[in-house]
Amino acid sequence: MIDLTVNGAAARVDVDPATPLLYVLRDDLHLHAAKFGCGLGQCGACTVLVDDRPVFSCLMPVGAIGTRKVTTVEGLGTAAKPGDVQRAFLHEQAAQCGYCIPGMMTRAEGLLRKTTTPTEYAMRTAMAPSLCRCGTHMRILRAVRRAAVMRGGGVVDAAEPVT
Amino acid sequence: MSRSGITRTVIWAAIALCVGIVVFAIIAYRPAIAAVTRPDPRLFDAALVARGANLARLGNCVSCHQAAGERPYAGGYPIKTPFGTVYGSNITPDPATGIGEWSPAAFNRAMREGVGRDGSHLYPAFPYTHYANVTDSDLGALYAFLMTRPAVRAVPPANTMIPPLGFRPLLAGWKLLFLRPQPMASDPRQSAAWNRGRYIGETLAHCTACHSPRGLLQQEKRGAEAYDGGWSGGWYAPPINARSPAVRAWTVDRLDAYFRTGLSTAHAAAAGPMGPVTYNLARAAPADVRALATYYAWQMREAPAARVEPPLPDRRASASQRHPVGARLYEGACAVCHEPGAAMMVAGRPVLPLGTPLHEDNPRDTIQIILQGLRPPVSARGPYMPAFADALDDRQVAEIVAYLQVRHGSGPAWKDLEKDVAKAREEGE
Repeated sequence: MIDLTVNGAAARVDVDPATPLLYVLRDDLHLHAAKFGCGLGQCGACTVLVDDRPVFSCLMPVGAIGTRKVTTVEGLGTAAKPGDVQRAFLHEQAAQCGYCIPGMMTRAEGLLRKTTTPTEYAMRTAMAPSLCRCGTHMRILRAVRRAAVMRGGGVVDAAEPVT
Repeated sequence: MSRSGITRTVIWAAIALCVGIVVFAIIAYRPAIAAVTRPDPRLFDAALVARGANLARLGNCVSCHQAAGERPYAGGYPIKTPFGTVYGSNITPDPATGIGEWSPAAFNRAMREGVGRDGSHLYPAFPYTHYANVTDSDLGALYAFLMTRPAVRAVPPANTMIPPLGFRPLLAGWKLLFLRPQPMASDPRQSAAWNRGRYIGETLAHCTACHSPRGLLQQEKRGAEAYDGGWSGGWYAPPINARSPAVRAWTVDRLDAYFRTGLSTAHAAAAGPMGPVTYNLARAAPADVRALATYYAWQMREAPAARVEPPLPDRRASASQRHPVGARLYEGACAVCHEPGAAMMVAGRPVLPLGTPLHEDNPRDTIQIILQGLRPPVSARGPYMPAFADALDDRQVAEIVAYLQVRHGSGPAWKDLEKDVAKAREEGE
């Protein structure tokens, strides 16, 4: 048995400790925000936060999590009451097909938990491990800039103003 | 001793001290070289600028003269030394903050003697010990290249040297000991490519800056210890001489491919500080890169793998038995790409036992690759490996490393792995 804390709630799963966290989230805990993209840590669709740090859940053995807290997009807000990162993504209409967006949002959340005043370069570097095939990067970056402002900070040398 | 005897001793000591200070001042003093008006970039010959661009790539200048996310050659990259952090200077032609006011004579003096235009001694983190043998014509080409870059107004952060090393005249003493340029005559017994490779490798490319061990005062060890392996940015730069731990021979063709693509299919991808080196070599003149490969294949001609390429062990069962925790972590985090038959293996990436890190005499590179992953060294096409620094803790990384060494590595078991993971995190960049 493996004990986890996911989105603030305790969970107990009966799986092999080498099982990727992604499978546990989707199959055992029925949290479907994190997506299976490549399964190789190359695309970022499966990104979740483990103790505030973005990780590829497809390469995260569930047995390695220990007491660290897992956060998925479900933990950032609800459809009725979206969190500020989610609201920023909605405002900028950052999703095209949407498959990468949960990874993008958790990655943005991880960045903003570290600092609400990143540089443009730091923001882009932080977001780079997540890929978007539709090409909505400019909107995604706008959404992250907006979310930083909503958190009381802002990208210090923003390439575009938040309007 | 009588009172007058003590007085006499004190007087003589004072005189000796004064003479010492004067002699030191004479040795350390370098005059400023008069400022010039920034040369008009349009006046430089395009072919000369192109030659300088190639030399700058071979020399990997931009790695230290560009901070992350900032403009090329504008400086600001931190070089951590045991004596403090030195920041790469701005070598764009901005007159106020770069080298726009430097004449060719001032530039050449900086390159060969490590003295700035204003006469101040430069820290040897700038590898001027290598540049004495750069030809006048190559220095002229580099000057033309730098003077035609966009001028960037940028002042790098102030160096943070431990006292009293912030006092630059002391560097004159370091230079007396270690700035000993040896003339480099071409070796008629060797090919033109070998001689060209030696010239580039020993001068502008300054390969020993990372691949040779350093002494107490951070001088590179020479002679028999040259290329015996060294340290760079928290990574280990393995020996590239007869002590190369690689398990496949570094032939001219393999080195050439590694330099130009950032990947040797018989070894591994360029990782850590070697990534940017291959990025630049991939954009340098192919004949020069081939020459470098010729020279360094020769340096490693007596390495074990050059004689016999050993079989690649896979001690899977015993590794799992000895490190069961590491085995489970490997299975969940690594196997999906690295296990025989996995997607990345089918795509032609080298198998783990081919990688030199598992055969080095310390675990640092294996640890850093797990922590930091691999950024595609040469182009966005890869190879790429995600970083595990945020996913795994020190003990977990140590378990995987211990498992991998038993399964695929060689040499005596690495010790104190968990401590080295913590150190790798601290020193890594």
